[in-house]
Amino acid sequence: MYQITEARFLAQDIKLFKIKEPKIAEKRKAGQFVIIRIEEHGERIPLTIADSDTSDGTVTIIVQGVGKTTKQLNMLEAGDEIMDIVGPLGMPSHIENFGTTVSIGGGVGTAIAYPTAVALKQAGNHVITINGARSKDLVILEEEMKEVSDEAYITTDDGTYGHHGFVTDMLQKLIDDGTKIDFVLAIGPIPMMKAVSDLTKPHGIKTIVSLNPIMIDGTGMCGGCRVAVGGKVKFACVDGPEFDAHDVDFKNLTDRNRMYQEYEKKSLELYEHECKLNKQIVKT
Amino acid sequence: MAEFLPPKERMAIPKQIMPEQDPLERRNNFNEVNYGFTKELAIKEAQRCLQCKTATCIDGCPVDIKIDDFITLIVEEDFLGAAKKIKEDNVLPAICGRVCPQEEQCEKTCVLGKKYEPVAIGRLERFVADIEMEAGVEPVPVTTPKKGKKVAIVGSGPAGLSCAGDLIYMGYDVTVFEALHELGGVLVYGIPEFRLPKEIVRKEIHNMEKIGVKFETDMVIGRSLTIDELMQEEGYGAVFIGVGAGLPWFMNIPGENLVGVYSANEFLTRVNLMKAYLFPEYDMPILDMKGKNVAVMGGGNTAMDAVRISKRLGAKHSYIVYRRSEIEMPARVEEVHHAKEEGVEFLMLTAPIEMVGDEKGRIKAMKCIKMELGEPDDSGRRRPIPIEGSEYILDIDVAVIAIGNGSNPLIHQTSPEIEVNKWGNIVVDADTMKTTRKGVFAGGDIVTGGATVILAMGAGRKAAKAIDDYLSNGKEWKY
Ligand SMILES: Cc1cc2nc3c(=O)[nH]c(=O)nc-3n(C[C@H](O)[C@H](O)[C@H](O)COP(=O)(O)OP(=O)(O)OC[C@H]3O[C@@H](n4cnc5c(N)ncnc54)[C@H](O)[C@@H]3O)c2cc1C
Ligand code: FES
Repeated sequence: MYQITEARFLAQDIKLFKIKEPKIAEKRKAGQFVIIRIEEHGERIPLTIADSDTSDGTVTIIVQGVGKTTKQLNMLEAGDEIMDIVGPLGMPSHIENFGTTVSIGGGVGTAIAYPTAVALKQAGNHVITINGARSKDLVILEEEMKEVSDEAYITTDDGTYGHHGFVTDMLQKLIDDGTKIDFVLAIGPIPMMKAVSDLTKPHGIKTIVSLNPIMIDGTGMCGGCRVAVGGKVKFACVDGPEFDAHDVDFKNLTDRNRMYQEYEKKSLELYEHECKLNKQIVKT
Repeated sequence: MAEFLPPKERMAIPKQIMPEQDPLERRNNFNEVNYGFTKELAIKEAQRCLQCKTATCIDGCPVDIKIDDFITLIVEEDFLGAAKKIKEDNVLPAICGRVCPQEEQCEKTCVLGKKYEPVAIGRLERFVADIEMEAGVEPVPVTTPKKGKKVAIVGSGPAGLSCAGDLIYMGYDVTVFEALHELGGVLVYGIPEFRLPKEIVRKEIHNMEKIGVKFETDMVIGRSLTIDELMQEEGYGAVFIGVGAGLPWFMNIPGENLVGVYSANEFLTRVNLMKAYLFPEYDMPILDMKGKNVAVMGGGNTAMDAVRISKRLGAKHSYIVYRRSEIEMPARVEEVHHAKEEGVEFLMLTAPIEMVGDEKGRIKAMKCIKMELGEPDDSGRRRPIPIEGSEYILDIDVAVIAIGNGSNPLIHQTSPEIEVNKWGNIVVDADTMKTTRKGVFAGGDIVTGGATVILAMGAGRKAAKAIDDYLSNGKEWKY
């Protein structure tokens, strides 16, 4: 069992957790992830490591409650325990001094873009960050991103904060303004990553995306996380999760990620029904 | 005590039939198929043994179990004594009695088998092991004084478990590191409940804990810790690598990434380890197979396990698609027989050449080609050759690829000095299981490629002996 030492919401449905596991805290590098399992009947889900603290041996993850497991996780508080955490898994991000880099985080993807932005900064890059969200109250890590950035931008789809529009509008603006961009890292929902990829390709800007296929073991054993990259089959858990965006088959990734949509819905409905019943029992 | 009969009478006893679940019933559940011998059946079967002067059956056993002795003890109705006798050479008899390919091993070299059916050695092994387990016999306590030296075992499959089991009795501090959240390797994530109940594996591992073996789950060596760190920072004097052959092969044909195409490892892990057959009680799902058509590519135990699972998940048609003919199939004879009884359809001399999808990227059919057998190849099996113009379409909803595993590269990535061959298998000295790195030994599927439980166990034992020798005598590392 592994203890949660801190838990707080960053925005609606987006929660930050610190979990005690000194070995991972010490080892992890930007871009790597952990796999967790909450309880005996739980599934194994991958979550990117947002940060870690070697002084208290904790690993930070940021979770958006969308399906049953993530919603169940977001019910947990400091002091609670989870059954399993394993990692750090995956290849660390490839970091070097590229020159000018743009780190783009969409929604909870910002949590994943953040540690790499830190590493890029440490490597001496001119770091630009674009932090995108649907709406003002969903913007996360604003302060943290600002701190590591030479230029920090925020975009909201509905214009309630920062620039009105998508992260790609901002990126387009930078390109149009003549910013010489050497490297882009985009992390977020698949359509966003694809849009960034389509935008940078004609400009020949090296672009990396962090993929989030369905995983089980995270060690290369099951092949469930396979993605088509440059016409070749790659296992995201050991070869990735970061890949050259211009080579990724996003359509296949989208299809494969939707494989269990109905099941996930059913699972969530049952869970929410159960939660409601439990609440009623507590009331009476 | 039952009587020892004169040879003529022994030969007159027919092979005893082990009771099993009715095929029509069992294909709807995940309960164990075989019930095992009753005492009466076991004694009768044991009485068939000719008690040959030189027991040739032992030649067929990879770990030299004293088969004649344990069978004698069964006739004498000393079942616990028989179990103890087996355990001198095989620490996991309840498992091996269920999954060993006996027809290729001890039962193949049984003299009785030349003229009649061989003695059902595997079933007798299982019988006494189960009796011992039910009786709750405690494991033999470790009496050897502690040596104060630590050994790390990487992987908790049969190779790692047997190595750990031997080392603990030699007085070492033994810790097993396992990547997954459950212990047992293929025994828990690969082989299904209806063939090997997980409770048995759990009990065996619990017994090992009782005698002092430490287990650490959620530890991926090569990521969480490297071999270097184990030896230089964590103080392990020797390491045994038994990580299995965990890297699924695909066929490299178009459409293999379609939704509904599984590797056998993923399919089996979802069902066996994550209990997807109990969804939504358990969170991990597997595609609904009720009334659907499922094709499993391959002819080994893995393929048989996957296809029989698909039947249990309600598939209308469950096909085995294999490019050679039935006699070349490497699966245990009993599994093939059981699969047929359960309604599995065998499409022999058939190879898929393309997976065809719908607009949502889901598999809907498979283009196949018929094969014929030509000259024998390197493996001694006749090589399958495609018959031109014989392509046809097979409508399917789920495909499972069970054509074997390569080796997982995680350890090699962080410890490149441990030499591997061109298939990624770790290279070892055959007598000592020493790798090219000082203090590191390896055995099981990571060395041989996908093989058997008993061979993996044999390798683990061999390595334990060599590790003891290395740590006691501090010998130079000669590889
Ligand atoms: C579906 C199926 C059915 C089979 N049926 C039979 C049968 O009926 N009879 C038979 O004799 N054989 C059978 N086999 C083969 C047999 O199971 C294997 O030969 C045997 O399990 C190999 O043992 P092992 O200890 O080498 O590896 P495994 O059993 O594969 O165990 C390796 C363990 O190491 C762990 N591991 C891997 N990498 C790491 C790492 N980096 N760090 C930490 N841990 C790691 C894995 O998670 C796993 O738990 C079957 C195999 C399969 C897949
Ligand atoms: S998650 Fe199983 S191989 Fe990547």
